[in-house]
Amino acid sequence: MTHMELWIDILIVLLILTNLKLMGSSRLSACIRTVALQGILLGALPLIAGHGQIPFRVVILSGVTILLKGVVFPWLLLRALRTSNTRREMEPFIGYSTSMLISVGLIGLAMWMGGRLPLPVPLKSPLVVPLALFTIMTGLLAIVSRRKAISQVLGYLVMENGIYAFGLTLAQKEPMLIELGTLLDVFMAVFVMGIAIFHINREFDHIDTDLLASLRD
Amino acid sequence: MILTLILLPITAGVAMLGIRSAVVRRCLLMVVAAVHAVLTACAWAHSPAPVLDGWLLLDAPGLLFLGITSALFLVVALYALGYLNREDWGKRQDFEEGFLFSNSRESVFLCCLLLFLGMMTLVTVSQHFGLIWVAVEATTLTSAPLIYFHRHRRSLEATWKYIMICSVGIALALLGNFFLAVASTLSENSHVPMLVSRLIQSAPQLHVLWLKAAFLFLLVGYGTKLGLAPMHTWLPDAHSESPSVISALLSGALLNCAFLAILRVQQVCVAAGQGDFGRNLMLGFGLFSMLIAAAFILQQTDFKRMLAYSSVEHVGIMSLGIGVGAGYGAMLHAVNHSLTKGMLFLVAGNILAAYHNKSTRDIKGVLTVLPFSGLLWVAGFLAITGAPPFGIFLSELTILKVALDQGRFAVAFGYLLLLSVIFIAMASIVFPMAQGAPSGLPTETSSDTAIAAVGRESALAIIPPMVLCAAILVLGVYIPPVLQHVLKQAAVTVGTF
Repeated sequence: MTHMELWIDILIVLLILTNLKLMGSSRLSACIRTVALQGILLGALPLIAGHGQIPFRVVILSGVTILLKGVVFPWLLLRALRTSNTRREMEPFIGYSTSMLISVGLIGLAMWMGGRLPLPVPLKSPLVVPLALFTIMTGLLAIVSRRKAISQVLGYLVMENGIYAFGLTLAQKEPMLIELGTLLDVFMAVFVMGIAIFHINREFDHIDTDLLASLRD
Repeated sequence: MILTLILLPITAGVAMLGIRSAVVRRCLLMVVAAVHAVLTACAWAHSPAPVLDGWLLLDAPGLLFLGITSALFLVVALYALGYLNREDWGKRQDFEEGFLFSNSRESVFLCCLLLFLGMMTLVTVSQHFGLIWVAVEATTLTSAPLIYFHRHRRSLEATWKYIMICSVGIALALLGNFFLAVASTLSENSHVPMLVSRLIQSAPQLHVLWLKAAFLFLLVGYGTKLGLAPMHTWLPDAHSESPSVISALLSGALLNCAFLAILRVQQVCVAAGQGDFGRNLMLGFGLFSMLIAAAFILQQTDFKRMLAYSSVEHVGIMSLGIGVGAGYGAMLHAVNHSLTKGMLFLVAGNILAAYHNKSTRDIKGVLTVLPFSGLLWVAGFLAITGAPPFGIFLSELTILKVALDQGRFAVAFGYLLLLSVIFIAMASIVFPMAQGAPSGLPTETSSDTAIAAVGRESALAIIPPMVLCAAILVLGVYIPPVLQHVLKQAAVTVGTF
């Protein structure tokens, strides 16, 4: 194992830990910071994985990713959190210890699936695909098992991070225009969701999405 | 020209934010809608040159869906003029629950409306899978503020569900895009660019397993936006709570954009010899959507939700059409459904404006109170349920014929059964609403003179749905050769006829 591969694996393990931390903590501000850390680590991954000369486009994209996921999104979400006067995720549909247990199960599932997927090109680390799958599953779990609107946005972001991590495995890089467009869309999504949370809080005095249930058949 | 089609609504939309005068803003809306329609007509006459190395170009499916979007937008913009005129911009009472609410600013509304048009145009002209994804997600984000135009709790709830469910769905489509990128990686140093035409060219070399996985994720992802059951749950809420102008566009134009995105992947699948895989999946989702729609239209008590579930039914029919190999029928159905559903939502807006009520149980006597809208409402019902001589009859029959020709008798039986259930269910809702002595009107308009005042329908509220009604009537008996040609070509691209 070379020096570089060691660093990649350390980063991946840290990323897996951020997912576990997210599923296990009830304080929303801590969750937001965890997702911010995850974004920064993910943005740094291509910088570390590149050997020797890092192409200009990778530097730009990593920079934009770190700026958006590590600084802008957390800032938007922390602001929404302050205005909504919410501190904790109260009584999620699935408790914290159960969530942790499910997460551990999901790691196993992701490892198993990652080992079976035949990728056409060899990867820098065999852990990248399991990481991506695990992160996507964690995001989905957070979306369905948490009540607060902010937790759902965090779940969406984590899922997006997982998909981004999967994109890192590709030998074929999408053109920079598309990657920037994707980031812009995610940014707009978080922005619009942030505004929606602000309005939900003003209208209902809470941001519990399970209480948004007047429309039904 | 393609660039003008995209950039015109976007720049005009941004400019809306800076225009103070309401008259100027509404004029600008009409001008943009008209110019967009004229440019689209030119594109139908002479195919415009590709832009950006073939990333943006208009092939037959793109042209077809651009045509629908642009035509519907022009009609809806005309209706919107009347709508914005009669909107009360101060605080007012909610019809259903009685609390006070206001609208969002008109400039913001019109800005988002034009950006929405720009993004839908971008979907129809994109040839790169990444760009299609960016554009489809952008349509979600630009239309979310439109759904939250009436600022009250129900529309807010609908908006939240819309953003959350569609964003998560479209995120799955992004994963599908990455799978497609894996499928098109031939070796470490050679890969096929993610352009539709290039992928079709090198289709035999793609990795089949990854291509199938990509199709599945893209179908589920864009299917969420399309409103295929069981991913349709945002759709009835968003369509029933947004202003009728927006419901018409969501149902008539936006759903088609998602459908086009799915057709693009199906094109690649067909070229790679995996057409049957895609067709079977689309057939299954299509039938299931029709089933869910039938179940929820039965006993529906909200007429806008009824129309929304009818949209679920019709995207199911489009998907089923591709599934049985009736590409031509499915494309024709997309055209017919857009125009018919656009008309129905506009008429629903007229009824809602007069009755201040959405309950199908309370409303009676629409034909007496609103003679024109009432007539259009009944005509629209006949058209949407597939009664001759309207266009949908023709497209549904085409799909049925292909299903029978292919020997898919079970599918044809289920299709006919669900169509008749939906026909009966909608008839039992629409006819009692249309006939009888007027009731369900707001309490202050109980006297005959007051009813007459409510019933004075403005030209801007009547002409746009009438135009659409005329169009579907014509399409039922005569399909112009130019449309015929494009429909046939579009059907060939997805390996059907």
